[in-house]
Amino acid sequence: MGFIRNPKDVLSGLLFIVIAGIFAWQAQELPMGTAVRMGPGYFPMLLSGLLALIGVVVIINGLRFDGEAPGGVAWRAFFILIGIVVFFGFSVRPLGFLPAIFILVSVSALASTKFRASTALISAAVLTFFSWVVFIKGLGLPLQIIGPWLGGY
Amino acid sequence: MELFDNLALGFSVALSFENLLYCFVGALLGTMIGVLPGLGPIATIAMLLPITFGLPPVSALIMLAGIYYGAQYGGSTTAILINLPGESSSVVTAIDGHQMAKQGRAGTALATAALGSFFAGTVATFLLALFSPPLAELALQFGPAEYFSLMVLGLVASVTLASGSVVKALAMIVLGLLLGLSGQDIYTGVPRFTFDLPELADGLDFVALAMGMFGLAEIIRNLEDESQRSLVAAKVKGLMLTMEDFRRIRWPVIRGTALGSILGILPGGGAMLSSFAAYSIEKKMSKHPHEFGRGAIEGVAGPESANNAGAQTSFIPMLTLGIPSNPVMALMIGALIIQGITPGPNVVTDKPDLFWGIIASMWVGNFMLVLLNLPLIGMWVKLLTVPYHVMFPAIMAFCCIGVYSVNNNNFDVYAMAFFGVLGYLLVKLDCEPAPLLLGFVIGPMLEEHLRRAMLISRGDPMVFVTRPISAVLLLLALAALVVVLLPSVSKTREEAFKE
Repeated sequence: MGFIRNPKDVLSGLLFIVIAGIFAWQAQELPMGTAVRMGPGYFPMLLSGLLALIGVVVIINGLRFDGEAPGGVAWRAFFILIGIVVFFGFSVRPLGFLPAIFILVSVSALASTKFRASTALISAAVLTFFSWVVFIKGLGLPLQIIGPWLGGY
Repeated sequence: MELFDNLALGFSVALSFENLLYCFVGALLGTMIGVLPGLGPIATIAMLLPITFGLPPVSALIMLAGIYYGAQYGGSTTAILINLPGESSSVVTAIDGHQMAKQGRAGTALATAALGSFFAGTVATFLLALFSPPLAELALQFGPAEYFSLMVLGLVASVTLASGSVVKALAMIVLGLLLGLSGQDIYTGVPRFTFDLPELADGLDFVALAMGMFGLAEIIRNLEDESQRSLVAAKVKGLMLTMEDFRRIRWPVIRGTALGSILGILPGGGAMLSSFAAYSIEKKMSKHPHEFGRGAIEGVAGPESANNAGAQTSFIPMLTLGIPSNPVMALMIGALIIQGITPGPNVVTDKPDLFWGIIASMWVGNFMLVLLNLPLIGMWVKLLTVPYHVMFPAIMAFCCIGVYSVNNNNFDVYAMAFFGVLGYLLVKLDCEPAPLLLGFVIGPMLEEHLRRAMLISRGDPMVFVTRPISAVLLLLALAALVVVLLPSVSKTREEAFKE
């Protein structure tokens, strides 16, 4: 890949083009209208074209000028944190608010390389209690504390 | 004097017990979260936005404004004490502020920042009160063409003033505009970009997007490098300034305030640009420029005053035109819309209590910040000693609760995860996501005004250049774009951001 001088730019450009493609593909099903009476598809199509154009420019820049490769990715943190957020979304209703928070905090702590089980459990307990005080008692958010899976109603 | 009547109305709103409380809580929470390394005002406001939903609009905005300058100020504390600016506008404060802290003058640096900010905040509040109503009146004569051109200018300007690649920042704006169009089309009601998901019928959730990109993605990025940060001053002493210090900061504070006030009003301006500009001016004007970078008190006073003044005056276009000039103001507009208020020139006349209440509360909030920060500095230092690996699970919890509680909808949580992934990807590719947020909020407005303008002109695009105000605005946008793309300018620009 000797002709790619700036991998970050080339990848960004490709990403822009792909995203522009997705939007354009969605927009082509919408009525375009005319310049006088623009339909719902007109402006999005215009923007998709612009984004793709910028993508091409960024790729060309990436082939012309030197730059560095993307740095290391924090895979561990990435998978754990994204995963636990999705799990929180899925579990907050069936498990209930407080158990979901407890799991969220204790599993999130795993994302750090300095993870210690004791610290994680203590902060999870403290935060669960804190959330109960602030969000349920204090702000009165209408959230179910214990969900049906754990015997709540 | 009408101005004083208006200010009196404002203070009667801002000084009510409840609003004082919300202002205080906002400033306190903002400082608390802003002090944490790696969390700037955008993330802080996004995270705390949901707790203001239940409040009446005036109180919500007062609290959000409090959070904003609290976070801004908290970032400076972090910059001075551990040389880790929480946000771009305190990058310059870190240069000399941290050097001062190393020399045992942390207290002086913090006090300078606080007093400079307070002075700047006071002046900027008066400017806001003075210039907003006439500007709103002028804005009432704006047609769709002028609005469209003004927004284009704002978007272009925000790109040219941002750090990093101009072209990529443009791409981020366009992507933001596209994302902002999701949901029902305003004229025909046709669903767009909803991928047949009923949850997307009303468009993407603004809080989920902001939190994913600026909360979640930022946490993952911070976990890449977990090396210890050194806190220079475990105990901060000597908060009093000497007469000599006062003499030295007097002019830098005044110059910083003037500069920040002007730059804050410009579209795309605001806190960051102001502080960079103030620093280079102080360095040029100083009689002992060699001290800069080695703990010059002017290097703290100028930028800190400028960024606070800029933060304050950037409310002017937001409140009078309904157009955000930077991502933080985009969040404020989002909050107003959620509160059922359409931002624009009508706010001044239709909701004077809201308008003047916010302005008066800014001064109150700045005063509270001084009270909060100087005597309570010990508490913030304590907070800084909590290691990040203990802190971030708590931030995760607040992000998730915040997003979920907006609509009590798990879909929003999934959306946050999605934008976390996208945000991290963009950061890894050196695409600064802040302009995306600006585009996201402006997207629907931009389209509406474009369509309306074209309808009125019967499809003649010349309308944007034949109407004088619109033409001037577009010319300015074009000039801004040409100027940054010129090789010689882009070189000096890079150097300026490196410093």
